[in-house]
Amino acid sequence: MNIPLNITKTIHDWLFSIMPEGAASIVEMFIIALVYLGIFTVIGLFLVFLERRVSAWFQLRIGPNRVGYQGILQSLADALKLLSKELTGTVKADKFLYNLAPYFVIISALMALAVIPFTKEFHAFDINIGIFFLIAISSIGVIGILLGGWSSNNKFALIGAMRSGVQTISYELSIGLSLLTMILITGSLQLSEIVEVQKNGWLIVQGHIPAIIAFMIFMISGTAETNRAPFDMAEAESELGAGFHTEYSGMKFAYFFLAEFINMFIIAAIAATVFFGAWLSPFGITESLPWLGIFWFLGKTLSLVFLMMWFRWTFPRLRVDQLLTLEWKYLLPINLVNIIIMALIVWLNLTITF
Amino acid sequence: MEQRTTIDKSFKSEPYQINMGPQHPATHGVLNLLLTIDGEIIQKVEPDLGYIHRSIEKMCERDSYQQIVHLTDRMDYLSSNINNEAVCLVVENALELEVPERVKVIRTIIGELTRISSHCLWWGIMGMDVGALTTFFYGFRDRELINDIFEETCGARLTMNYNVPGGLMLDIHPNFIKRVKKFIVHFKTKIPEYDKLLTENIIFQKRTKGIGILTKEDAISFGASGPVARASGYSCDVRKYHPYSALDKVTFNEALRTEGDTFARYKVRIQELWESLSIVEQLIDNIPEGEHRVKTNAVIKLPKGEYYQKVETARGELGVYVISTGTKSPYRLKFRSPGFSNLSLLSHIAKGGKIGDLVAIMATIDLVIPDIDR
Amino acid sequence: MSYFSDIYNGVKTLLIGMSVTGKYFLTSRKGAITQQYPDNRETLKMFDRFRGEVIMPHDENNEHRCTGCQKCEIACPNGTIEIIWDRKINEETGKKKKVIDKFVYHLGLCTMCGLCIDVCPTDAIEWGQNFENSVFDRTYLTRVLNTPGSKLQPGVED
Repeated sequence: MNIPLNITKTIHDWLFSIMPEGAASIVEMFIIALVYLGIFTVIGLFLVFLERRVSAWFQLRIGPNRVGYQGILQSLADALKLLSKELTGTVKADKFLYNLAPYFVIISALMALAVIPFTKEFHAFDINIGIFFLIAISSIGVIGILLGGWSSNNKFALIGAMRSGVQTISYELSIGLSLLTMILITGSLQLSEIVEVQKNGWLIVQGHIPAIIAFMIFMISGTAETNRAPFDMAEAESELGAGFHTEYSGMKFAYFFLAEFINMFIIAAIAATVFFGAWLSPFGITESLPWLGIFWFLGKTLSLVFLMMWFRWTFPRLRVDQLLTLEWKYLLPINLVNIIIMALIVWLNLTITF
Repeated sequence: MEQRTTIDKSFKSEPYQINMGPQHPATHGVLNLLLTIDGEIIQKVEPDLGYIHRSIEKMCERDSYQQIVHLTDRMDYLSSNINNEAVCLVVENALELEVPERVKVIRTIIGELTRISSHCLWWGIMGMDVGALTTFFYGFRDRELINDIFEETCGARLTMNYNVPGGLMLDIHPNFIKRVKKFIVHFKTKIPEYDKLLTENIIFQKRTKGIGILTKEDAISFGASGPVARASGYSCDVRKYHPYSALDKVTFNEALRTEGDTFARYKVRIQELWESLSIVEQLIDNIPEGEHRVKTNAVIKLPKGEYYQKVETARGELGVYVISTGTKSPYRLKFRSPGFSNLSLLSHIAKGGKIGDLVAIMATIDLVIPDIDR
Repeated sequence: MSYFSDIYNGVKTLLIGMSVTGKYFLTSRKGAITQQYPDNRETLKMFDRFRGEVIMPHDENNEHRCTGCQKCEIACPNGTIEIIWDRKINEETGKKKKVIDKFVYHLGLCTMCGLCIDVCPTDAIEWGQNFENSVFDRTYLTRVLNTPGSKLQPGVED
């Protein structure tokens, strides 16, 4: 039982003091699973609400404002409604894969959430290959989308799933390479160490020009990775109806829907961690109060989430071949050049540190 | 051997068919397109009509001429006032009835406002079809102002039935001129915003430039009209060549482009917004005083013969062909609707494109399904 | 070289587009164009020419202006209006006269074209501004416009 799991140091120590080591690990795992499920639901529902409200403000509307204060419970009410709905499906669907698909999507999102450093202490799964783990896990989600599209026996869903597959395979490269650019500075894949390095200045400041380019590429490919507009090829409601989840209803649809928002949060959280120093406050102004880190972290992440929403409600959708052109002809070459520039900067010690 | 062939067959790629519609977000109504697709590439588009056929032409043979007018509201509901005008003009021409100048000017103003409102809606839908959902609300914001003007003067927002043979049902509302002037000022600041948000956007330009090219020859041979034909360089504006109502008193440019692609069709409509706005601006201060209606017989009987009148709706050329045998209702009434001929070229220009291209092309053809089915 | 100018122009146009939506986001507090419908019922007022439904105004003596000439019934394209009438002997003059019994209006058939109101010689019917016409059963859409026991206003027929 040598998995580096810890919620906060106090709970961890307390559990290990009252129980034998093996039992304590198992209990701790359960607690962590429950806590993260809670975080998952709360963040997912909150982001759904935020998206609706923000999109309304972009579109000269008011948005949901009836359930709870300013409509804050609206998405909870919607989730309850979806829970009570009938689960329909096509007759000739591959039942096993059809039912399996939503869990792939949601489990990959949940697993990625585990390595996100919310604060110094509140960081469940701090493994030494953190970034690598995130990239690997976030591409499992696409299997769920492919399975869902293929097994629901609907041509629109199939087209959507295939588009999603093409898209994720391509943009996975850019995500990996742009994060790799930043890892040249930190020299470590472990998320806690990446944050530690940024005590001398956030990486976007340390790496200046190539870091900004890497950040832009990361945000573009991150938006594509989460299947959000302007890269929502897999759903493309004006072309494919609802894309890969055409045949899903009720809670199975809600799983896809929640996972999309959690993925958006994860992409924003990675960007906040790698480029903006996660829970670190600017210039260390609240260093004496470590628990304030959660607010800095969420503040940074939600600003990036807002940026992605801004993209979504402004831009038209790309066509599927233009999507690939953007990746293979623009982002990838720029990215490779960017890595070389970053390597030179790190080699010549041109990084800006305070 | 038998088994071998089935395996070979199962690994051969072949085109498949997919039903786009009748309930599909991009078909703007109940149009069914049977697509033959190879992967993402469209090989064939077969429009399947008839889901909203209400036999308006047959109903016209039953109704009196005053009653026919209100049926035309339900054809191309986005340019309902121009449709009304077409029927009224054909009846007035047949009766050799001279309507007052005031009526002509008001008809033209409301017609052009209808065109602006239709193009506003189209702009919103165009953005939505290529994926920018926000444009929909910005387009509707400006459209609502026109609809309010209509509601105040005509009583209804969409199916106005404001024209009657011989003039207008009511005189304009006292607030009409004030509101229209306010709208002109408002809208002049909004069209540049449309350009900023969508026209100049790189993604939008990549999505539309060079897509769905229609040559001038094809436009003529398919009988295209309106912005679709004008984007291919075919100068066919009925307002220019056969001016009706007060359109011979105003100066405006016919929006023409030669590229013939989706972006050209888009730009033609944006230019038409400016042109229509300038027509309204020229006329709004010069509404002559006078009667708003000439008295006609309660039962209108057209003299025996055949009559034809064409007008330019927001979508193109609408023709009304009436055969009268001298009774109170027409023997036969045929509408030449712009949407039907414009739809016929969809298969021709969408071939070889992607599904996303088809959606963009359909958005710029600006289909209104009740106009096609009638 | 067009490769790099493409990237520059692309990013520039995207940022211009974002500035437009961003401006609306910042002014969203006062800029909302939607209305919160059931809440603003008191202040929501339709224009006076708004075509909501056909109504027949009665004065304080429960008298209307409909002579039962049936011009509206003929003008209506959809058979929306049915006038049930009778000939009754007028007590003063002793002549037989057309008197309406029921003015039946089928709202479910009405297309709000306004031809009946346009053609009415005595202005007996006019537009009502009510727009909340939904009911649970469509039989409620068939209405009798003249109130029970109503009479013709004196002087209308002259």
